[in-house]
Amino acid sequence: MSVATLVRAVEEAQLRDDRPELQPGDSVRVHVKVVEGTRERIQVFEGTVIRLRGDALRRAFTVRRIANNVGVERSFLLHSPQLDKIEVVRHNIVRRKNLYYMRGLRGKAARLKERRD
Amino acid sequence: MLSALLGRKVGMTQIFGPNGVAIPVTVIEAGPCTITQVKTAATDGYEAVQLGFGEVKLKHVTRPMLGHLGHALPQTPRQRRKQQLQQAKSRQEARKKTASAASETEADVAEATATKGSAKQQPSAKRRRGSAMELGPFKILREVELISGDQPAVGDTVDAAMFATGERVDIIGTSKGKGFAGVMKRHGFGGGQRTHGQSDRARAPGSIGPGTTPGRVFKGTRMAGRMGNDRITIKSLEVVQTDATRNLLVIKGSIPGPNGSVVMIRKGAEQMALAARSGASARRS
Repeated sequence: MSVATLVRAVEEAQLRDDRPELQPGDSVRVHVKVVEGTRERIQVFEGTVIRLRGDALRRAFTVRRIANNVGVERSFLLHSPQLDKIEVVRHNIVRRKNLYYMRGLRGKAARLKERRD
Repeated sequence: MLSALLGRKVGMTQIFGPNGVAIPVTVIEAGPCTITQVKTAATDGYEAVQLGFGEVKLKHVTRPMLGHLGHALPQTPRQRRKQQLQQAKSRQEARKKTASAASETEADVAEATATKGSAKQQPSAKRRRGSAMELGPFKILREVELISGDQPAVGDTVDAAMFATGERVDIIGTSKGKGFAGVMKRHGFGGGQRTHGQSDRARAPGSIGPGTTPGRVFKGTRMAGRMGNDRITIKSLEVVQTDATRNLLVIKGSIPGPNGSVVMIRKGAEQMALAARSGASARRS
């Protein structure tokens, strides 16, 4: 069997089908499982997807938000069991794959237009 | 049980562990390997098992290898030429004889085919030195230790089932060749200053020893040269997952060599020690 299918066979079992199709610029709410001592709770990280990379089980995305006037970026593995769920709040119009230019923008300049289609 | 198995490096990926952490893993297609020879103390002076692994086209296999694996040997170019010459000769003679006497021809042709047949049989008439049955052919043959259990037989196959999840294994492979590499890449030297008027010293090795005393460069001084393409052993890697149906081993961490290269998966030191102890007690009893 070819290399790709054998690696795929290993990854298959852990691929999750409850993950949305994310796109750069999407506004998302990521529900992250946080373990505090013995207790587990859900924390929500809300922001804009500025990067998507990888394939299959290695698929990862980075979410950027402004918290307390400070830019915060957090990267997640799309199929990680640590993520309870991912909500896509809205799709925005962007013309790039990686929205690194968002890092230099704040306030009104950092707004994205919603995609209506 | 055998101490090791041959396999093919499939590639790397990552999987999620029990607490949700991503573990970097290498997928190895381990086996199935065929036992091509069993070496015993009586005949060879030591105990070992020779394994064959990997498919290869028949035309790429050498004749000594085919003999060892118990195949009938194909004709050599010289044998073929000789046979063709003989056939041509007999045809010529046959033609001559038809001209003289038509009745004799048939017998002559029969004789010619008889000689052709005997020429073909000659190689197989020699004593067989290799295994009794036709095996492979294989891309690679490697000898591994026999650590415990019953005596395996030639023709038996072994597969990934000999490894269990959680076990520690050593991986032996050939590292990627880097070609002629400088000292910074090959030995991790610091290189020279990039500023302060330096022009071509940024990747230079610097001094390679003292002066008049000793008046020579010490043996083993690290210099630029061929790097990589070496046999590398990585010890005690964890088997994270096994897939018996596809003969896959999922091993934590990276292993030497490019994807598709042949690697040996050997039982870790712990397992070997365990097997040695049980094997010794079995021999005593």
